[in-house]
Amino acid sequence: MSTGSIPWFKYASPASFFPLAGKLAPWFAVPAALLAAAGLYLGLVVAPTDAQQGDAYRIIFLHVPAAWMSMFIYVVMAFWSAIALSFKARLSGMMAQALAPTGALFTFIALWTGSLWGRPAWGTYWAWDARMTSELILLFLYFGYLALRGAIADARRADRAGAVLVLVGVVNIPIIYFSVKWWNTLHQGATVSLTAAPKMAAIMLSAMLIMTIAAWLYAIAITLVRVRAIILEREGKSGWAGELAGAVQ
Amino acid sequence: MSLTEFFAMGGYGFYVWGAYLVTAALIVIEIAAVRARLRNARRIADAGAEE
Amino acid sequence: MNEATLQAPLADDSAWSGVAWALARDTKLALRSKAELGVQLLFYVVVVTLFPLGVGPEPGTLRTLGPGVLWVAALLASLLALPRLFAADFADGTLEQIALAPYPLPALVAGKILAHWLATGAPLVVLSPLLAMQFGLDGEETTILAVSLLMGTPTLSLLGAIAAALTLGVRTGGALLALLVLPLYVPILIFGAGAVEATRAGLAPGGELSILAAALLAALVGAPLACATAVRIALD
Repeated sequence: MSTGSIPWFKYASPASFFPLAGKLAPWFAVPAALLAAAGLYLGLVVAPTDAQQGDAYRIIFLHVPAAWMSMFIYVVMAFWSAIALSFKARLSGMMAQALAPTGALFTFIALWTGSLWGRPAWGTYWAWDARMTSELILLFLYFGYLALRGAIADARRADRAGAVLVLVGVVNIPIIYFSVKWWNTLHQGATVSLTAAPKMAAIMLSAMLIMTIAAWLYAIAITLVRVRAIILEREGKSGWAGELAGAVQ
Repeated sequence: MSLTEFFAMGGYGFYVWGAYLVTAALIVIEIAAVRARLRNARRIADAGAEE
Repeated sequence: MNEATLQAPLADDSAWSGVAWALARDTKLALRSKAELGVQLLFYVVVVTLFPLGVGPEPGTLRTLGPGVLWVAALLASLLALPRLFAADFADGTLEQIALAPYPLPALVAGKILAHWLATGAPLVVLSPLLAMQFGLDGEETTILAVSLLMGTPTLSLLGAIAAALTLGVRTGGALLALLVLPLYVPILIFGAGAVEATRAGLAPGGELSILAAALLAALVGAPLACATAVRIALD
């Protein structure tokens, strides 16, 4: 992930990006940790107890950021996939590859925390509401991508096949969400909506926002480290990798 | 609130801490796994370069 | 099994000729292996029959489950048939030849998918009223079921073809194919079964059928392109 000030094309080769990623990662990791600490303090200690849901609502400070990130990461993967297919850039394929495990993790966290929130708030660990069901399908989409990559031996082919899969998937996500939402209204009464959050006092909103930014920064940091590993794994045969691997940190 | 109250979370401790602790554990595992992956990749790349 | 009988290309190399060429070829090949097609149809019948055996013969339960079961079974049958779309041609090198033919690859792919649907999807549509009887669907529901399958199964073939092309030559092919494509099938399933359920509730299924139609149109436009890209990736 680059900012506007970095001359992108210079760093488009994995070899040049490797040291850059290494330098950038701490700049995201440290703020992520600090913001997470602040957000957790606000959410767990400072924020008042909710009138209806008691202290159980505090799960929201994990659940909502995780859900947003699970979607956001998939979209970013789609972005890198589009570039990988259009420009046959190796690094773009590697970025998509590096993002997927973290995206899957956030999706799982969203499902896990959502389930534990559902039980005290609405009486059930699982309800087939639109968001949770779509989130579950998103998890399958992530697993499918990882499985496809794992099954294809050639990394370049895996890049491109994975890219097609993600692009088809990203188009389908809104359709899937819409269809599940419709399905819920058709079968009204049989399901409970898990979408109603408690009325948000300003401090709750702040805590949620802080946790979301922390999650975003964390995702960038961990992806930068993972892409370094991927670069070495895939390009490690050539000489530069050995020098850099030994030289840096 | 007191520490006991904090852990109890108004009776919902199981759910709240079930959510937070598992999340924390997963994040820690992810960080450890990625760092191990990078270490491993470095090792293999070094070994390859020495040939 | 699959002699590479590539007929001479037709005079011009337009997209429609490509579709026709691929359609003719694949249909000819399909007709040679009627037993294989029969087996796939039988799979649909067997799966549908398994459900009453699993949940008990109580008519009320079966009526409730009916539309969903008939649709899920169609999904599974479609899934089962997908590998045969490209696998044989890929294995003996014919697919490479096809990719080199003077027609646009998306057109060729579209022709293959059409042939595939005619051989494996269309028979499901025809058979469904018979099976609907097992679940006590009434006349109107059965009609809508057949219509929804008619509109939905081509989309299943189109989406499934993308996944089939992506997993060409991959070890865990079949199971991986299922994992890749079932999430994409979900909206089709929801609206297909939903159309029948709406009819049962006394509502007009116009909305659901419109969405199925829209999905089919979108798939007709997008899937051959995505699938052709996937085929090229597999052949490189």
